[in-house]
Amino acid sequence: MRPFTYVEGVSVADAAAAVHATPAAMFLAGGTTVVDLMKLGVLAPDTLVDVHRLPLGDIELDDRRARIGACVRNAQLAEHPEIRARWPVVGEALQSGMSPQLRNMSTVAGNVLQRTRCPYYRDPHSACNKRVPGSGCAARTGWDRDAAVLGTSPRCIAVFPSDLATALAILDAIIYTRRGDGGARRLPFDGFHRLPGDTPERETILDHGELVTHFELPDLALARRSHYFKVRDRASYDFALAAAAVALDVERGLVRDARIALGGVATRPWRCSAAEQSLRGKRAEPAAFRAAADLALADAVAGAHNGFKIELARHVITRALTELAIRPG
Amino acid sequence: MVRLTVNGERHELDLDPRTTLLDALRDHLGLTGAKKGCDHGQCGACTVHVDGRRVLSCLALAVAQQGREVMTIEGLALGVHLHPLQLAFIECDALQCGFCTAGQIMSAAALLGEVEHRRELSDASIRERMSGNLCRCGAYPNILAAIRRVRT
Repeated sequence: MRPFTYVEGVSVADAAAAVHATPAAMFLAGGTTVVDLMKLGVLAPDTLVDVHRLPLGDIELDDRRARIGACVRNAQLAEHPEIRARWPVVGEALQSGMSPQLRNMSTVAGNVLQRTRCPYYRDPHSACNKRVPGSGCAARTGWDRDAAVLGTSPRCIAVFPSDLATALAILDAIIYTRRGDGGARRLPFDGFHRLPGDTPERETILDHGELVTHFELPDLALARRSHYFKVRDRASYDFALAAAAVALDVERGLVRDARIALGGVATRPWRCSAAEQSLRGKRAEPAAFRAAADLALADAVAGAHNGFKIELARHVITRALTELAIRPG
Repeated sequence: MVRLTVNGERHELDLDPRTTLLDALRDHLGLTGAKKGCDHGQCGACTVHVDGRRVLSCLALAVAQQGREVMTIEGLALGVHLHPLQLAFIECDALQCGFCTAGQIMSAAALLGEVEHRRELSDASIRERMSGNLCRCGAYPNILAAIRRVRT
C-alpha cells in the first residue's frame, strides 16, 4: 500500500474542500472498498479524508419521504422497520448482499459508489481501461463469465455490482451532494451512474471532491409492494450473477404500474423502462412477466462465457414479478 | 497517536496510517487471536467487535478507530471461565485446523446479540448470518451445532 496522509473530516464543507484541493485525495467512509483496493494497488490516494464521523448517519422519515444520510451503515438501513415496510426492496437487496460484518462497516453511499468486481480491474498487472485509461480490456478476450451483457462498450464490459443501487433505481431516489467549491447538487438517481462508453474510468457524474451527503426516497405507493430477487454462485454472501428489483401495482388482476431494474448483468444500475410499460394493463401472471423479461434483455450482447446470463436474467425478472404478484397484501 | 480500548484496556499507539486494526492488534498489541486469512474482507477470520458490532479488522484502518472499544477473542472469556460459545465449540468439535475459529466465535457471539429471541433462530438463519465466516476444513455442521447449543 502506498503511503498516504490521513485527515479526519471536521465538517461536510471542509471534507469536500480538502479532497477538492488535492488531485489524488479520496474520501474514506466504511473503507471496505477503498482499503481493499489500496491493498491491491488498484487505488493509490495520497490523502484520505475520513467522513465516517460527520453528521451524515441518520435516517429521517415522514409521510412524504425517507432522508438517508450517506454514512448510514448498510446494516442500519437494512434493519430499519419503517424502511422495510415502505420500501421492502431496499432491505431485501441489502440482506442479499455482503456479510453481516461488511454490512456493519460499509455505508449507504459507499455501497452505491462501490467498484466493479471485474478480476482484471482488481489486478494491477492486467489491461483495464477503467483502472488505466487506454490500456485495453483484458476481459474482452479473457474470462468474461461474470461480465456485463447490457450497457457495455468496446472499452469496458465490467459489471456494476451494487444490490442497493439496483433497488434505488426503481424508487425515484434523489442524491444530494456537497461540492468542493461549496456548491450543492440534487441529482436524480437515474443518470447518476454513467455508461462506460469511451471513459469507463468515470463511473458517476460526481466531480472530484463532490461528497454525497444524503439519499432521498420519495414516498411511493407501489414501493410497498416491491421485491428483490438475486441469483448467485453461492447460497449466500456473493455478488449477483443476475438480480432484479421489482415493484407492482395490481388492481383486480391487472397491472396498473410496474418497475423493473436489473443487477449483476449491466455496467450500471439498469432500469428496464420498455419492459415496465409493456406490463401496463396486462394480467399479472407469468406469461406477461416473461414477455416483459424478453423485452428487457432484447439488446443484450454476450461475450464468450457469459451468454447464460441473458436467459438467467429473463428468469430472474419473471420469478421476481411472479413472487411479488402472489405475495399477500 | 491512536487511542484504542482493547478488551477493556486502554492503549495509545503510534501507527503508520496504513496499519489496519488487524495488524495493530496482532503486531503492536500481541493479540494474535484474530487471524489474517484473505486480508481482503472475504473470509471473516479477522472478525472482532468494535463498539459491540462485528466487523472485519483487516479492512478497518486503525487510525479511523480513534476512541473505539475493541473486543477480540482474547477478551471474550470471563477470567478463567470460557464463554458459552467457546465451550460449545470444544464440546461440538466445531473445528479442524482452527484457523477460522476465533473469527467464527466472535461472529457467532455478535449474532446472538443481534436477535431478540435466540430460540427463534432457525438453522437456515444461523447459516445465513454466519455466511461471512468461511471454514476451509468444512466444519460447518459442527459450527452450526455449537451455535445451536448456545441458542437454546
